Amino acid sequence: MEEPKIRVAIVNYGMGNIRSVYNAFKYLKAEVNVVDDPLKLNLEKEKIVIPGVGAFEDGIKNIQPFISKIMEAISLGKPILGICIGLQMFFEESEESTKAKGLGLIKGRVVKIRTNLKLPHIGWNKLKIVKDGCPLFKEVKDGYVYFVHSYHALPAEEDVIVATTEYGCEVTAAVWKNNVYGVQFHPEKSGRTGLKILKNFLEL
Amino acid sequence: MVCKRIIPCLDCDLAVPEGRVVKGIEFKQIRYAGVPWELAKKYYEDGADEIVFLDITASHERRETMVHIIEKTAENVFVPLTVGGGIRTVEDAKKVFNAGADKVSINTAAIQNPNLVNQIAKYFGSQACVVAIDAKRRYVKSPDEAKDKIVVKTPEGYCWFECSIYGGRKFTGVDAIKWAMEVEERGAGEILLTSMDRDGTVEGYDLVLTDEVSRRVNIPVIASGGCGNLEHIYEVFTKTQAMAALAASIFHYGTYSIREVKEYLVERGVKVRLE
Repeated sequence: MEEPKIRVAIVNYGMGNIRSVYNAFKYLKAEVNVVDDPLKLNLEKEKIVIPGVGAFEDGIKNIQPFISKIMEAISLGKPILGICIGLQMFFEESEESTKAKGLGLIKGRVVKIRTNLKLPHIGWNKLKIVKDGCPLFKEVKDGYVYFVHSYHALPAEEDVIVATTEYGCEVTAAVWKNNVYGVQFHPEKSGRTGLKILKNFLEL
Repeated sequence: MVCKRIIPCLDCDLAVPEGRVVKGIEFKQIRYAGVPWELAKKYYEDGADEIVFLDITASHERRETMVHIIEKTAENVFVPLTVGGGIRTVEDAKKVFNAGADKVSINTAAIQNPNLVNQIAKYFGSQACVVAIDAKRRYVKSPDEAKDKIVVKTPEGYCWFECSIYGGRKFTGVDAIKWAMEVEERGAGEILLTSMDRDGTVEGYDLVLTDEVSRRVNIPVIASGGCGNLEHIYEVFTKTQAMAALAASIFHYGTYSIREVKEYLVERGVKVRLE
């Protein structure tokens, strides 16, 4: 008999294309549930992924209907992964918008990257793992991953940062607090390194 | 700093049922190279940083075939995917994004309707908007001969660069360097710059063209047309500010693998993604 598939729910809240994230988890043989109604989230069985491309304020506005379910999942200790804007929304606030308040799951704020280099930071850049022991980065050393962003998170507690990358300054690439994981880059577009990170998430 | 990118380009002929990758020489003669999504998967596994599909038939009737190719490719390829050829409206772009593309490349429609650049950049973000420019040298005796154009000095003499559309079949009188600067203003995130003089010749990229454009814009320039060996790629990265090198025939005919290209570059100190 085949092993039961690991189940993952992708929150589809109208922030860009989720197809590549879907394809990546399918490729990794997960059972993928694309959820546009919070009532369809199965907290018992599914790990939650919050992808997203776009502006912080739109993201916060669109994620509202899902917030109570997300909070419940976190209190139940379920692993949750934020990608790009998904990561940024975990923080308290963002320079990108003074109006929208973040989810506040991790203390700190999202700021524009202070660099002399061109923004957005787009392209392949090298990961630097700055904190050992994060299961998301198991067997991921200093691989290259694909970034598309102008803002990054500055956590209040520095030990939340798991990985950084260099772009004229140190850029936050990944954060981790308890069961909350966030990656600023796009693992679904980051070749083998990205797939390994998503596989690690499935195995949490 | 971000890495320099190596991008295999798959020119797709959609006149056959499931599409096929072909390789033209100087925008004309066609040779068959393979099944689109199979080649894309092979290049991805070999370390391509991005895949470019260009629909050379560029006809609306074949649009579904392209969507099918993108969908099949996106199931197995986990690097950015750029799709060009025949995209004339935001609606056309939406279709290829929904199928799994990360960027669209526009050429003919952008020249005919420059606002399309603004629209695509606004709707999908600059990072998703690539403007392709097919440029051909127009030699003049002296800069005075083409006063309204940007005339540059090349080892072969003075010239300006003219944009062509419809896959090189029609010339526009538009100055390619000026056009590159304009599309940056309009919100393009990247320029795919093809030398029509070099395309298919395997004589190397047009370094003058690539240098002139990449110095004048702040967005990444993808050098294209003429790549025949490893030295050509090294040259375009060290003598111009190109951020990516696109090639077709050297990969299609197995002259070099993508991995070989990257190893060669790493040995010479060029920062590329090699894993």
